[in-house]
Amino acid sequence: MLKLLKNLKPYIFSLILISLLTFARAISELYLPTLMADIVDIGIVTGDIPYIWNTGLIMLLVTAGGAVCAVIGRLFSSKAAVGFSRDVRRKVFHRVESFSLNEFDEIGTASMITRTTNDINQVQQAVVMMLSMMIYAPMMGIGGIIMAVSKDPPLSIVLVVIVPVIIIVISFVASKAMPLFKQIQKKTDALNMVLRESLIGVRVIRAFNKTAHEKTRFNNASRDLADTAIKVNKLMAATMPIMMLLFNVTTIAIIWFGGIRIDNGAMQIGDLMAFIQYIMRIMFALMMLAMMFIMIPRASVSAVRINRILEKDPDIIDPEHPKSVTGQTSRIEYRKVSFSYHGAEEPAVNDISFTAEPGEVTAIIGGTGSGKSTLINLLPRFYDVHSGSILVNGTDIREMSQENLRDKIGLIPQKTVLFSGSVTDNIRFGARQASIEEVVHAAKIAQASSFVGEMEQKYESGISQGGTNVSGGQKQRLAIARALAKKPDIYLFDDSFSALDFKTDAALRRALKGETTKAVVIIISQRVSTVMHADNIIVMENGRIEAQGTHAELLKTCPIYIEIANSQLAGEEPA
Amino acid sequence: MSNRNNENKRPAAPQMSLRGGRRGSGPPGMHGMGMPVEKPKDFKGTFKKLLVYLKPRKARLILVFFLAILSTVFAILSPKIMGKAITRLYQGLMMKMQGVPGASIDFEYILQIILILAGLYLFSSLFSFLMQYLMASVAQNTVYEMRKDVKEKLTRLPLKFFDTHSHGDVLSRVTNDIDLISTTLQQSLAQVITAVVTLVGVVIMMLTISPLLTLVTILTLPFSIIAVKAIATSSQKYFAEQQKILGKLNGHIEEMYTGHREVKAFNREKESVMIFEEKNNILYEAGWKAQFISGIIMPIMISINNLGYVIICVVGGIFVTKRLIEIGDIQAFIQYSRQFAQPIRQTASIANLLQSTIAGAERVFEILQEEEEISDSDSHVIITEPKGKVTIEHVDFQYKPDIPLIADMNIEVKAGQSAAIVGPTGAGKTTLVNLFMRFYELQGGLISIDGVDIKSMQRGDLRNIFGMVLQDTWLFKGTIRENIAYGKEGATEDEIVAVAKAAHADHFIRTLPDGYDTVLNEEASNISQGQKQLLTIARAFLANPSILILDEATSSVDTRTELIIQKAMGALMKGRTNFIIAHRLSTIRDADIILVMNEGSIVEQGTHQGLIAANGFYADLYNSQFVGDDAV
Repeated sequence: MLKLLKNLKPYIFSLILISLLTFARAISELYLPTLMADIVDIGIVTGDIPYIWNTGLIMLLVTAGGAVCAVIGRLFSSKAAVGFSRDVRRKVFHRVESFSLNEFDEIGTASMITRTTNDINQVQQAVVMMLSMMIYAPMMGIGGIIMAVSKDPPLSIVLVVIVPVIIIVISFVASKAMPLFKQIQKKTDALNMVLRESLIGVRVIRAFNKTAHEKTRFNNASRDLADTAIKVNKLMAATMPIMMLLFNVTTIAIIWFGGIRIDNGAMQIGDLMAFIQYIMRIMFALMMLAMMFIMIPRASVSAVRINRILEKDPDIIDPEHPKSVTGQTSRIEYRKVSFSYHGAEEPAVNDISFTAEPGEVTAIIGGTGSGKSTLINLLPRFYDVHSGSILVNGTDIREMSQENLRDKIGLIPQKTVLFSGSVTDNIRFGARQASIEEVVHAAKIAQASSFVGEMEQKYESGISQGGTNVSGGQKQRLAIARALAKKPDIYLFDDSFSALDFKTDAALRRALKGETTKAVVIIISQRVSTVMHADNIIVMENGRIEAQGTHAELLKTCPIYIEIANSQLAGEEPA
Repeated sequence: MSNRNNENKRPAAPQMSLRGGRRGSGPPGMHGMGMPVEKPKDFKGTFKKLLVYLKPRKARLILVFFLAILSTVFAILSPKIMGKAITRLYQGLMMKMQGVPGASIDFEYILQIILILAGLYLFSSLFSFLMQYLMASVAQNTVYEMRKDVKEKLTRLPLKFFDTHSHGDVLSRVTNDIDLISTTLQQSLAQVITAVVTLVGVVIMMLTISPLLTLVTILTLPFSIIAVKAIATSSQKYFAEQQKILGKLNGHIEEMYTGHREVKAFNREKESVMIFEEKNNILYEAGWKAQFISGIIMPIMISINNLGYVIICVVGGIFVTKRLIEIGDIQAFIQYSRQFAQPIRQTASIANLLQSTIAGAERVFEILQEEEEISDSDSHVIITEPKGKVTIEHVDFQYKPDIPLIADMNIEVKAGQSAAIVGPTGAGKTTLVNLFMRFYELQGGLISIDGVDIKSMQRGDLRNIFGMVLQDTWLFKGTIRENIAYGKEGATEDEIVAVAKAAHADHFIRTLPDGYDTVLNEEASNISQGQKQLLTIARAFLANPSILILDEATSSVDTRTELIIQKAMGALMKGRTNFIIAHRLSTIRDADIILVMNEGSIVEQGTHQGLIAANGFYADLYNSQFVGDDAV
């Protein structure tokens, strides 16, 4: 939490101003009982009504001054707190945008989103609270004590006794309640999990007739949560009444001892009344402070989560003096490339070497987990190789700028993500300057023009976030059009035809052929029929290249390829 | 904000609500002020339903009410009594000052007062404690019952409900909404009583002291109300604006993070950051205004309260000099004006909290009112030794009333036969499972097993006949042993190991650090997809069903595991009637019957030879999928 609060630094002047204003406000609050004491001791005792009026006027001014201070203070604290969260949010977003996929795998996309949105809001709420009450309460407390002591030092001994007692009570309750609150959070999560499981697995549960079993699981978790909640609430039930009792006992004590002091002529009656009011205000401040401590742990959980992002340095950064690779065509070479995912024992790809020439089609086949997708994710530097190197036209991709490198690549990922906006916006995603003709052309090649033509507003039709208003096959075709519009040197098709029906698949690949004559094309697929015409087929198994060659060569030499081909083409003459 | 709007918003942000942003553990009386509140559609109706839940705890609740009243009344009595002590002090002092012979402060009287006060305080605190203490179990047990009822209800709802409601939404209702109810019961119910009693009681007490001063004090009340109303109204405007832009900003963040790969691949970071900056800055503008306006409610109320304080001091002071009231009464009045301000300050937030609680309760009750599954028939036909013959006769079925999916379908699969389900998309298999297991009801025709209409059986008995090995396997958090044992009540250790062996899963299980006691995590991501499938095969072995529905492994497993799964499935399928979602040509051609599905409905059926000869959809599919072409 403290670490994150360093981001308040730009607001340091605001903070000082807020503190001063809060201080002034506290003074005004505390000055009122003093003035009242004057009314009693001077105005009433001597029956001086004009004095009462005058003092009343001063009190009004003090009240108004306090109000003005409060409002201005609030203005600055709102700006500071919201500005703080804006700054943190900006930092987090910038940082996340610089992350490679590695960091995303590690933290998780959903969690990244929560950290940038909800967690920051939580912290903002806490900062707002801090800037208002956390400054106000101690000032009020300390100010109240100073005033009380200045009014009548001997009577303040009562405070010396009572304040520690209250602090002990608060910390005792906090030490008991905190772990219970944490437990409640845990048990709520547990209950959530049981319920979520039973929602996801509803078919299996009913198929296995396990409804009763699930019900018991749920009710047990629910009972567990309820019991803990009862425990903590019973504990909290005692807190407020005890605090009130302590406070009231203090007041009685003040009346008694104060009475004795008045009797001795050491104190005036108005001072006694003021004293009682100081005590009230001190107690109120202490209670506010106690409530603060319920807020803080929740926000600090969020702060820790945000800090994890901010403390994470991006894996992949541009070199200081990037080499620029230009040229109309690109030649790709993998040299003894190995890579393992974070925390994995086995490398995901191991000792991979191959070259892909412009105008050639390189196909990669193998089961999932064999490292196909990993292999091509290394090319746009979503991840960096651990050993070996990847070269584009003879330059190591780590020596190029990421922008330069990615400009050359048209990626069609396995799981397509479209963005909210029109069809055209989506196709232009990588080619901002593409003309409308180029957009239409790309759509045509990608076999998307027919369904786009059927949409109500054609190319201006809206795509919803994540592309939920188009089917899986349509999404893939738009993703292909998006890559085509970019006119890249290198095409990476990561199993990009899987959601297409077979006729479209064939038509698409036929149309593509004309577009990619000078480009490097790398296709990942599970289907032998998709890869069999490639210039070079790479067979992957457990992260290694098992064999490479043409369809005909592999059928003679590679047992795994034969196995895959047989299972899919069985009965047919392997072409 | 209209109700429709609220409804639309809810599912959009399940994550947000899941994290419990609404949990009311903030300082009571300070949160929610000036923020827009979700309004229930039918406050009265829902409130009545909520009362039904409280009914079993009526006696305790009444006791709580009495305790709240007593505790408040005692707290209200004390300032006036304390005032008497101060007055007596003052009188003694004055007499001494005036030099009345033998005058002194009447400490005996003051002691008496102090003892009375101590008693009042003690009992007030004690009653307040008892009230909260009782309420703890009342609140928690009430929501426990509620959760139990919702869960009970969920088990009786048809699958349709689960297919059409997002999990996040249901989860949020069972946890967040119910949580809110418990918080409100715990805190606000007693607060309402206390507030009412305090308001009435304080006014009465003040009147007994001085009607005129009471009137002057209460004069500040309209100020408070007008000020709060004005501020709250304008702050709602800013909050609405803030929520709107926050939604947009969060949408952008979500979209960019989800499409991170694309953003990187297409060099879109700059644009993404630019849009973010713009929205983030707009949010700042709207945000600080909302915070500012809502934040000044408290200080302004305190200031108005202080204004009342000044009035009491001045007017009270003048009254004392005119002998209209005693000095102690000023002290009492100051305390009363504070007590009086408290409930008024709370009113706004309590009202908000009550409203959103009722809105939450409404969402919970919505689930409880959902239409249930048709109850099981009374006939209870049990097939003691199912052979596994499946007949589908003239079946009509559709998910949505106006989109017919299956019309007049007729299929017969004899006991022990294998039926391959083939088609370009996987949408058909869920429908099949839905119909066989009676997750959904037919619109027409009938499905029978061994000649028995599945509708005449109990659902449980019917589902025992079937086994499922699907690719989107479902395992729960627990040990591997527990997950396998799910297939059969009271399975022995030997049985579990035996089926694991039969499913070729025993080997990999034993290589795990804790073997059969390995705990699968929530998403079961600590074992591979293929291994998960082997576990479900083992589970199916244990359940020993007569009819199997299987999903052939495809892309998600490596070639070696795929072979093992293939073997395990082969073993499992022996001697049963099988419906296989097939991807391999060999499986398809070996099947006794091929069901060709397209977009959820069965378009063709027959044997491989027959279907090729028919030269229809299947032939088309077959040619494009398994015969090469000359594209890239």
